[in-house]
Amino acid sequence: MFEFFISPFTDYVFLKRALMASVALALGCGPVGVLLVLRRMSLMGDALAHAILPGAAIGFLIGGLSLPAMGFGGFIVGFIVASLSGAISRFTILSEDASFAGFYLISLALGVLIISTQGSQVDLMHILFGTILAVDNASLLMVTGITTFTLCLLALIYRPLVIECFDPGFLRVIGGWGGMYHFLFLILVALNLVAAFQALGTLMALGMMMLPAVSSRLWARHVWSLFLFSTLFAVVSGYFGLLFSYHLEWPSGPSIILIAGIIYGISLLIAPFGVLKRQQGRY
Amino acid sequence: MEHASTSFWNLFQAKHKVIQCEPLGPPSIDIKNLTVSYPQNTVISNLTCHFDLPSLWAIVGPNGGGKSTLLRALLGLQKPTKGKVVFKGFCPCDVAYLAQQNLLDRKFPLTVGDTIAMGLFREVGIFRKYTKEQREKMQKALEQVGLASFAKTSLQALSGGQFQRVLFARLILQDAPVIFLDEPFTGVDRRTIDDLIQLVHLWLRENRLVVAVLHDMDLVKDNFPNTLLLARQFYRTGPTKNVLTKENICATTKASQMWEAEAGEEYV
Repeated sequence: MFEFFISPFTDYVFLKRALMASVALALGCGPVGVLLVLRRMSLMGDALAHAILPGAAIGFLIGGLSLPAMGFGGFIVGFIVASLSGAISRFTILSEDASFAGFYLISLALGVLIISTQGSQVDLMHILFGTILAVDNASLLMVTGITTFTLCLLALIYRPLVIECFDPGFLRVIGGWGGMYHFLFLILVALNLVAAFQALGTLMALGMMMLPAVSSRLWARHVWSLFLFSTLFAVVSGYFGLLFSYHLEWPSGPSIILIAGIIYGISLLIAPFGVLKRQQGRY
Repeated sequence: MEHASTSFWNLFQAKHKVIQCEPLGPPSIDIKNLTVSYPQNTVISNLTCHFDLPSLWAIVGPNGGGKSTLLRALLGLQKPTKGKVVFKGFCPCDVAYLAQQNLLDRKFPLTVGDTIAMGLFREVGIFRKYTKEQREKMQKALEQVGLASFAKTSLQALSGGQFQRVLFARLILQDAPVIFLDEPFTGVDRRTIDDLIQLVHLWLRENRLVVAVLHDMDLVKDNFPNTLLLARQFYRTGPTKNVLTKENICATTKASQMWEAEAGEEYV
């Protein structure tokens, strides 16, 4: 038992680091993902996650395969693209999902182009699918730093942020700076995607946010309990994902996301608001 | 080119130019020549109207006639193109606004208590705990809307009518001198409407101004002494029985047929 579940993480430093990174990631992504789902902004998250790629590619050109350089580039470009696509859907006839899809396809293509012309196939694989097993001290510091910042900021603006999620017009009318909380929240999403990007790659960075968040929605009925469930699910997926990836020699990013997917599947079946329970009368 | 840049600048400036606030004087809202345009069409043009406190006003008219747009423009949620709106004795942020219900997520994971507590946001701010008095106020508001034992119930367990009662409890807690209601009774059962109308009359007795967008003409005639009939360029304002005449209603129908036909032609 001990050998199977614990010793991989005590014997290998790189696994220990990977576990720390994924736990830190889970602590930040859990709550942010819940708010993303509640604001019905999963699509926006998707666009942001993909838009990180060209920024990360530019960072890669300048600083090589280092998370801080790629993360910074990714954050800036991701944020610009998210705001642009929001603006376009507001000022043209295009709906939000259409304009987001347009932007993230362009970003993806541009990012892949930059990396594959300037780097190697291996680099491209790393950036698209993540390398949580290669987390170094600098990256670990960055991920934990982002998590700390996220949790502190969420604690500070929790009340108005929840109001803003439920009824965006309300805060604006009573002069409560509704737009500012929305903006801060977007920054948090971008930051956490950048943190997740090293572990899971741009293609799956959103997975650590979305899957635990939608699963938690099937279990809980309060925003705070959703946070707890979502974070718990994210930590569990990180741990088991790494464990399976070690024992079965699976790639680590996809294993983590698949475990989160399995939790989602189980939740759909047995959770209080899942498919089976629903038929017995809803509440 | 110059035209384009000026209109863009107006868009930027409009809020400050059009909506003004005078802290002194008897409270009222004075609207002069208000025009609100969307890129495709002008929804409100040259509207002049005056709301005094206390009173009950209904806004009626066909869909697309600018009813919701007017409320949103007064609140600064929609930029007016030109005109002048003067809030006397209070400012737009003292208005309690109930948006159309379908804009809200009725499955949002909040309890009834959490939701109505939003009404006290300006009092408690971001960090402070709710005091004992505030908790009592919340309980009293719930009793007023007939949901006394619902504080811990989840929103998702409520019916449409109960959900609307919750939003009215939030309005009570906001304790605002002016209350805007956008289609408050759409998709709400008869009994709830009767209860909530009583609340509206109570607000009048408490010297508030209530402006409600409504579709049910009988409800308006029975309960709202003043009416603004609005169909884009065509509008009438005044005592309900003078406004809701056959000729006026026919005129709004004609106006709405006109603009719908125009919209049809654009696609051909």
